[in-house]
Amino acid sequence: MPNIESLDPRIRRIDLEKNPEHVVLNIMENWETYEVFHQRKRGEHHVHVGIVHAANPEMALVFAKEQYGRRLKCANMWVTQSSNIYSFHYDDEDMFETTPEKTYREAGGFKVRDKINKFKKENAPK
Amino acid sequence: MYGGGYIFSEPSDKDQKDHIDDPVKLQEFEARIDAGEKIEPHDWMPFEYRKQLIRLIEQHAHSEVIGALPEGTWITRAPGFKRKLVLIAKVQDEMGHAQLLYSAAETLGKSREAMINDLLSGKSKYSNVFNYPAKTWADVTVIGFLIDAAAIVNQVANAKGSYGPYCRALERICYEESFHLKQGHDAFIALAVGTKAQKDMLQDALNRWWRPIIHFFGPSDKASVHGEKLMRWKVKMASNDDMRNQFLDMYVPKILELGITIPDPNLKKNESTGRWEFSDPDWNEFKRVINGDGPCNAERLAVRKFAEESNRWVRNALLKQTMKQTIPYA
Repeated sequence: MPNIESLDPRIRRIDLEKNPEHVVLNIMENWETYEVFHQRKRGEHHVHVGIVHAANPEMALVFAKEQYGRRLKCANMWVTQSSNIYSFHYDDEDMFETTPEKTYREAGGFKVRDKINKFKKENAPK
Repeated sequence: MYGGGYIFSEPSDKDQKDHIDDPVKLQEFEARIDAGEKIEPHDWMPFEYRKQLIRLIEQHAHSEVIGALPEGTWITRAPGFKRKLVLIAKVQDEMGHAQLLYSAAETLGKSREAMINDLLSGKSKYSNVFNYPAKTWADVTVIGFLIDAAAIVNQVANAKGSYGPYCRALERICYEESFHLKQGHDAFIALAVGTKAQKDMLQDALNRWWRPIIHFFGPSDKASVHGEKLMRWKVKMASNDDMRNQFLDMYVPKILELGITIPDPNLKKNESTGRWEFSDPDWNEFKRVINGDGPCNAERLAVRKFAEESNRWVRNALLKQTMKQTIPYA
């Protein structure tokens, strides 16, 4: 251990010499991950914003508040363990490819005005 | 559907030499990047892309953790209640940024514990500037203004990179850092327009920090083949020289307008090339410090080890046998 002359009085008060030579964390020592969903204001959707590491859901909510609720408006938050999330694989992204082509599902896919105008023109009193 | 997938263990460099990516998948991957699309965690990606991203994001995270130490030193001695409140908020943000970045790196399959272990053992590096001490309050203002400014130049560039989770983390980070830069500028100006003692203290701090600031973006990487591939894959968005030049363009005038001088008589912009020229910043010193021989390397790591070791009982008390590792999604 090299001689450390810290400028920080708080560091000078702790005994760094007592540190073990190697500090090694065990896997899972930072617990599990929780996915965080943030609702900006009532009436809006909860939106995924990231993760926190926590030992239980209550702690995950506290960390979520600190991590994702430090700025701007927030009405509510959800957390759930990452292992509870199921998703499609990006390899299957092509299954959504033709969706934008299905204009019969869109209001804009129905052109009625032309037909009405044609009908009116044909049936107008002479 | 995938409820969490692979576990990635960082291979040795020897294994990496033998690794050859599937050429068809590589072509699809590169086409996606060329089309301006983002890569997401469970996508196929080249071995080297994953490895370099982990290295980049992890070291960025470590820099946030270690970077809070020289500033945190001054929380108890900040000049006045407002500066203290601001510094506490900034240091909390830096820890939050570390959390965001570790999370982004975790999506690539390296556990947070493994990253912290690599920091503590010295295997993984962090930004070299934090191996220098913050001797006075003026050092805190130089860090808050100019180091944060340099970091923002780097982060704004990287936020346009190809890896989705890193971009999302950087977007939030850049938004929060805008306050860091502004408060740093405000504190810097307060000293620059203050008493002679304040101005002298600021000049002294800038004189000590100027070389680390020039070092910040790293040595010239224009000629490196490695660098070219990382730029092609949008892991790296600009060369070190280009980012340094952009930083000097933006911030040299902001220093000089306050009557503070820059301790390099050779610093000047070559108007015909648009490039800043400066004295040789001694890249050997940079290498020496990054490899452990700086004024604060030992202290920085010892403080982290002390924190991890003395808090361990809390983590262990809450650990449950049923906990299982999942690679986060985003």
